Amino acid sequence: MVDIVIIGAGVSGCAIAREVSRYKADVLVLEREEDVCCGTSKANSAIVHAGYDAAHGSLMAKLNVEGSRIMPGLAKELDFAYEQNGSLVVMMSEEDRPALNKLYENGVANGVEGLRIIERDELAAMEPNISDEAVAALYAPTGGIVCPFGLTFALAENAAHNGVRFQFDSEVTGIEKMDGGWKVSTPKGDVEARVVVNAAGLYSDKLHNMVADDEMTIIPRRGDYFLLDHTAQGHVHNTIFQLPGKYGKGVLVAPTVHGNIIVGPTAIDIDDKEGTATTQAGLDDVRAKCGMAVKNVPLRQTITSFAGLRAHEARHEFFIGEIKPGFVDCAAIESPGLSSAPAIGKMVSGIVKDILHLEEDPSFDPKRKGILDPKALDDEAHAALIKENPAYGTVICRCETVTEGEIIDAIRRTPGARSVDGVKRRVRAGMGRCQGGFCSPRVMEILARELGVDQSAITKSGAGSELIVGVNKDAI
Amino acid sequence: MEEKNLICINCPLGCPLTVTMEGGEVKKVEGNTCPRGEAYAKKELTNPTRIVTSTVKVRGGALAMASVKTASDIPKGKIFDCVKALQGIELDAPVTIGQVVVADVCGTGVDIVATKNVPAKG
Amino acid sequence: MREYELVIIGGGPAGLAAAVAAHEAGLRDILILERDNELGGILNQCIHNGFGLHTFKEELTGPEYAGRFIEQVKKLEIPYKLNTMVLDLAADKTVTAMNREDGLFQLHPKAVILAMGCRERPRGALNIPGYRPAGIFTAGTAQRLVNMEGYLPGRKVVILGSGDIGLIMARRMTFEGAQVQVVAELMPYSGGLKRNIVQCLDDYGIPLKLSHTVVDIEGKKRVEAITIAQVDEHNRPIPGTEERYECDTLLLSCGLIPENELSRSAGVEINPVTNGPTVNESLETSIPGVFAAGNVLHVHDLVDYVSEEAGAAGRHAAAYIAAGGKEEQHKALPVKGENGVRYTVPVAIRPDAAGDAVTLRFRVGNVYKNKKVAVYAGDACIFSRKRPVLAPGEMETVVLKTELLTAHPEAEGITVTLEEA
Repeated sequence: MVDIVIIGAGVSGCAIAREVSRYKADVLVLEREEDVCCGTSKANSAIVHAGYDAAHGSLMAKLNVEGSRIMPGLAKELDFAYEQNGSLVVMMSEEDRPALNKLYENGVANGVEGLRIIERDELAAMEPNISDEAVAALYAPTGGIVCPFGLTFALAENAAHNGVRFQFDSEVTGIEKMDGGWKVSTPKGDVEARVVVNAAGLYSDKLHNMVADDEMTIIPRRGDYFLLDHTAQGHVHNTIFQLPGKYGKGVLVAPTVHGNIIVGPTAIDIDDKEGTATTQAGLDDVRAKCGMAVKNVPLRQTITSFAGLRAHEARHEFFIGEIKPGFVDCAAIESPGLSSAPAIGKMVSGIVKDILHLEEDPSFDPKRKGILDPKALDDEAHAALIKENPAYGTVICRCETVTEGEIIDAIRRTPGARSVDGVKRRVRAGMGRCQGGFCSPRVMEILARELGVDQSAITKSGAGSELIVGVNKDAI
Repeated sequence: MEEKNLICINCPLGCPLTVTMEGGEVKKVEGNTCPRGEAYAKKELTNPTRIVTSTVKVRGGALAMASVKTASDIPKGKIFDCVKALQGIELDAPVTIGQVVVADVCGTGVDIVATKNVPAKG
Repeated sequence: MREYELVIIGGGPAGLAAAVAAHEAGLRDILILERDNELGGILNQCIHNGFGLHTFKEELTGPEYAGRFIEQVKKLEIPYKLNTMVLDLAADKTVTAMNREDGLFQLHPKAVILAMGCRERPRGALNIPGYRPAGIFTAGTAQRLVNMEGYLPGRKVVILGSGDIGLIMARRMTFEGAQVQVVAELMPYSGGLKRNIVQCLDDYGIPLKLSHTVVDIEGKKRVEAITIAQVDEHNRPIPGTEERYECDTLLLSCGLIPENELSRSAGVEINPVTNGPTVNESLETSIPGVFAAGNVLHVHDLVDYVSEEAGAAGRHAAAYIAAGGKEEQHKALPVKGENGVRYTVPVAIRPDAAGDAVTLRFRVGNVYKNKKVAVYAGDACIFSRKRPVLAPGEMETVVLKTELLTAHPEAEGITVTLEEA
């Protein structure tokens, strides 16, 4: 019997895993997909919200502000890309002034630091591409952007480094109460655990409903996005939201930590928890709205469009707590879930610690070193690196200048990349303007070599997504 | 008397050709703008031929595959037989451009030759 | 690292031809930098025939055509570095590159020839709605997998875009055992050659649907079905015209984009129409001593013209170096395209620096029939040629005798236009 099973290796599950790895406990993370960060955590706005938006007094508000405060230090400790670029909620009509003031007051009540309302001149000086109709904005200097993959991998790797085990391709099909804990069923066999944490994102209702007395319903809320090329870099500097008001609710336009611009999302409630297909209507909607607060958004420089699903629940509130002895829900984590993840990790691990009376593990190592990016080195160190390991001299992804050395590192880590998408999310090979056109065959080759399998077994993102279906003339 | 329609491939104009045939012979070509259209129609309807290109595996080479072609054009009807004749063929490195891969493929009198130099691995 | 007078970035058809021509022009200090593991560039995966009719007067396959130039480069002992990625080009022509053997290194050549080629437009840039499963490949990626590695990327295929690579891949996949169900083309005409439509599609009964696009991609893990629909004159799908194809693969052949990231980092001026550098008659970019040729300059449809253009760039680069990098100030006449002429290469001609003749290349923006291509120096028509058909997929070439330009000293510019025949 293990001490703790965490179901779900998204950003919440990984944050919890990392926090409980501070204690002496046997921890196993079960994930239905082939890698960490495969659900809601992989397709979102990549924003660290300052915390002015969530209703004062809510758990969401508390964890958002706390998460946003932890993030800068965590980014240093765990070496992932994060930037405090500031955020602006832009008011497009004087009529909406009361709503802007209300947002400001809510933020101040939530404890968000540095908030102020700025008028047109200051706004235009900060953001030259702001709409000519923009009147004023709420400015939150603590608003940030983060690489959601980087954050999740950092948490998972640090957890693994401190003894947490990860088991992939292990969808939980049943949970039963047993003496002293729970029996969790997966296609790879049953696992017995003293405590189960439900961090299953879009499926957290399904798991909740397996044990709880009440029914929970998570509604997949789809968001369509455009991601623009580096050539659009600098179009905006802050994360720009539009104040919902006279002209409706807009979409955000924000820089990413990797120098792209992200535009979106829509908010469309659907039935399918795997329904990440973009639609013409959804993309058209983003296209129409992105120009409301920001001028001349260069959508022609789109390198990809995608959709992600938020785990929406009718109350629009995080649902965290021990609902049955030894069964802890961490459910309905929708936006600002990414921003709140560090605080969610602490809160849930606190609950688990109290249930199991866990002791601190003195050997806990809070540090994690990210995958070395040779581009960040000075020329001398860069040259020395290639000399020491020539794999850093071979560029595989031309668009993002990713070397073989980085890809090998991504594969050899724990948990490491096992698919082309796994490599892409860890080192950005295939994330650039050609979207893997040149590098995907070479990434497949390296994966096959490193994993000791045939190239035909390499997948885009786990079983069923094989990229090659056969060899030439095998069926003529 | 039989009429056949085809599109001339000699230039972007893509003239729609109407060809009158009798007893397997071309009697009349209409719709062409230049003499190349007539020549094309006659060849295409009496003796259509193609150059076939494909690849074969290489053992012990710096590259996994070598590209090949029919050294000259072969009857259109034999294209798939020709491709099939390449099934399972593996060459030993080094491979040199022009090297015969299959001699007299499918009785066409045409050889399949390598179109790529593949040095031995090393 | 020893220095070289001329560095050529890219060892594909353009880079090879430029190197050979520069050598023939007397330059001996040349280095080719190639990012792949062999010379020849994209030609190595273009195993079909149809190359070289202009250059070698015989029909070759891509690897054979590349092989001819590689042989010359080797015979002339022109040095080259493989698996070498150029990371940066500075305005002062400092080239920063790296590979396994030399590590990170810098070169300070007197002249640079940009010959980086182009890349394909990916699915993301096309804004096709739907899922993002495995089984969506650009035609060129599929071509590499099939022709270089011997792997089949799919068995039931739908192709979007009727560019030549897409058409060629329809036949290639058919030969290797796949079933190509349809080729959909957004435009009312194909961007590919007639010959490829007949010999790659018609020969195998593969339908080509013009004015059609992909409106949905199904399949969460691997492509399961593709829906195409007809589009209206604004390229918007027409409801009710959807056709669904069960398949496991979508190949995209939807245009090529010159790879000018290095040019941009150096500050080379880029023409927004071609996405390639603006060049003068000597194929020199806005930075003196930096030349460009081939698909990095503008996308070509025949490699023979790439070789020809790159040869000129090689000669001009050699002349630039021979002159000690000093260029005399000459009057430059801007060249502009009108009436359907989308762009011209070059965008400026200096008659005094042009030698005997200047090659003008351009493309039209639509299909035109029974037109006349006319070139004006100022108001004077100096060239005119009847063209029964002009299409966006076919590059047009006009060779202008320089004396025609010098005969009109009053002209302030050159115009290439289409007129009624």
